[in-house]
Amino acid sequence: MTFSSVGVNEEKPYLRTNGYSDLVEKIAENERLTFEDGVRLMQSPDILLLGRLADQVRKEKVGDDVYFSTNININPTNACVLRCQFCAFYRPLSHPEAYTERLDDILARIRHAHSHGVREAHIVGGLNPKIPFDYFLDLIRRIKAFDPDIHVKAFTAVEIDFFARVYKMSLEEVLRSLREAGLDTLPGGGAEIFSPRVRELVCKGKISGERWLEVIAVSHRMGIATTATMLYGHVETIEERIDHLEKLRALQDETGKFTCFVPLPFHPENTPLEHLGYTCGVDDLKVYAVSRLYLDNFMHLKGLWNYLDEKFAQVILHFGVDDLGGTFMEERIAHAAGAKTPQALSQNRMIQIIRQAKRIPVETNSSYKVRKRWA
Amino acid sequence: MGVNGVEKVLTKAYEGKRISAAEALLLFDANLLELGMVADHCRKRFHSEEIVTFIIDRNINYTNTCITYCKFCTFYRPPGEAEGAWFYSNDEIFEKIEELVSIGGTQVLLQGGHHPKITLEYYTTLLREIKKRFPVHIHSFSAPEIEHLSRVSRKPVREVLIALREAGLDSVPGGGAEILVNRVKEIVSPLKTTTEKWLEIHETIHGLGMRSTATMMFGTVETLAERIEHFERVRDLQDRTGGFTAFIPWSFCSGKTELEGKIEEAGGEDYLRTLAIARIYLDNISNIPTGWVTEGYKVGQTGLSFGANDFGGILMEEKVISATGTAYKMAIDQALSLIRRAGKTPAQRNTMYEVLRTFE
Repeated sequence: MTFSSVGVNEEKPYLRTNGYSDLVEKIAENERLTFEDGVRLMQSPDILLLGRLADQVRKEKVGDDVYFSTNININPTNACVLRCQFCAFYRPLSHPEAYTERLDDILARIRHAHSHGVREAHIVGGLNPKIPFDYFLDLIRRIKAFDPDIHVKAFTAVEIDFFARVYKMSLEEVLRSLREAGLDTLPGGGAEIFSPRVRELVCKGKISGERWLEVIAVSHRMGIATTATMLYGHVETIEERIDHLEKLRALQDETGKFTCFVPLPFHPENTPLEHLGYTCGVDDLKVYAVSRLYLDNFMHLKGLWNYLDEKFAQVILHFGVDDLGGTFMEERIAHAAGAKTPQALSQNRMIQIIRQAKRIPVETNSSYKVRKRWA
Repeated sequence: MGVNGVEKVLTKAYEGKRISAAEALLLFDANLLELGMVADHCRKRFHSEEIVTFIIDRNINYTNTCITYCKFCTFYRPPGEAEGAWFYSNDEIFEKIEELVSIGGTQVLLQGGHHPKITLEYYTTLLREIKKRFPVHIHSFSAPEIEHLSRVSRKPVREVLIALREAGLDSVPGGGAEILVNRVKEIVSPLKTTTEKWLEIHETIHGLGMRSTATMMFGTVETLAERIEHFERVRDLQDRTGGFTAFIPWSFCSGKTELEGKIEEAGGEDYLRTLAIARIYLDNISNIPTGWVTEGYKVGQTGLSFGANDFGGILMEEKVISATGTAYKMAIDQALSLIRRAGKTPAQRNTMYEVLRTFE
């Protein structure tokens, strides 16, 4: 670290610590931050200090590479038995706009995306009890039969739990079947904020935070890696954010199978929580920086460009982020809730954004297997 | 670890010493957050309190007929082209100002195309009529419009300015500077005011005791050294006159212009970096607004940590003819919220950057 232990660096007198010299020192010594430390950091209005610390940690951990994947979003169904307050995507099962896609149609889209270089399918959908398990298994099998190199990242812990209940199987049985069909990793959605108080307000009926962690723990123990998310910027407190990070850090200590952490800023449009408005830039930057500092056992921090905007996505690369997510052909969920970004970003534009930030674009998939590095 | 050139320049600026053009150029390679810390420190020399100001104003683009054909512009229509062209009547203008005043606005920004047939008398009459009716500050036109008026009326710039001042013009915005390097201007706006003329007009404005602002539109075809050259010309004039109230950098948005697809637009990082370097370099200009209009709310708000002390104009969209108080109030509320969430106190200001009302 270029911050000295007393917080003042004679060679760089302009580095400031703003009352955080004890934490600056802790971070410089690679000491683990406590819950209270996390809360204090998140309370600081000094985004430059947080960014400078997170940027340094990022650089030491992963260097200057910035990852992205060329992927397609598949949402096989929007029919859902849940009524999450932050969701503008779902429709009740009997709603006229509820849909379940035919596998042939999905495969046609995947073939089309594949011809544009897409090598990852990100599959998540509503909780729809009318769909047989074979539909999902066939979906994965057919993708893998078409090209085994397509990374299949499918079904959040919420869906895995639902499959276990609806199809009357254990979590292990569900996951084993999916893996045999070709599943590679699980996305980290559905975590929202683990606090029961928050879940009661924004996603009543969805699995608890504990259950989410349990499903993920089972998956990790079976060797299936996952990401982890946090949907922030709605009704949660700073303490509830840090509690969320704390629980993820504890599980990661145990399993080590989280590939990355993905903070998701809440998008309010067309949801019952519309009055809460969008997150602001300063808050986003704090979340990224503090996540990088707090989650000392996570390698990657992903900022999804399509949840932000292109100009801002470039800025977060200086606040601990080393992954901008996918090019996301056909993203629907954030856009249903008012995301103003284009629905897909060309690979060239992604590379340009990363290069303008003086970093090295690396095309990868959710296992961080390098496809191409634009050094 | 030795101290490199970039760090020496940052230290020098941090200590309050003036940096040279060559030194400023090195800052494009500085660590973005460290650059931000120095710019924020420089900002505190002018504004020690964590207050972020904004102004309630209205842009009135009275005509879009123009004979200057800039490559970065999608707004203009050539003379004779009726489709999509407009020219507001005085009554329409008064109505817009009435709306502005009714919601607590203080500044009118009249700006328009270089219409070949408008006379100086049109403007002096308009300004007098506005001043008769409304207690507003008229911060209007730009160096290229003044130059155009000087040509059309066959009077020297100084006389045009005196006539406008007598009619009610209070101050002049810094538009049309683009990049104050003729190589760039010849490519993007060959028929528009040259660098020398832009500076001369502003020097004349200042000489008459009026204030103006300076702008910079970057991210077209200029080099980084040319951006610094722009800063240098502005700093140099400010040393002589002290007449600039603010420096306003923004990045070029190429959509639908002749340059679309031909240039790489400035990214969010480039914006913050350029903003910070401007704050450090322009040690004689007090105010730098952040550019949420072109950079978006998120990058714009972030700019408050990179040297900006102002949120600019909460512009009342002139297109919103029915502009109700409600629509506008939301815009103010949003500005207040973004400023507060950045840990600062919002305050409404006037054109001279004097605080009118603080929102605790």
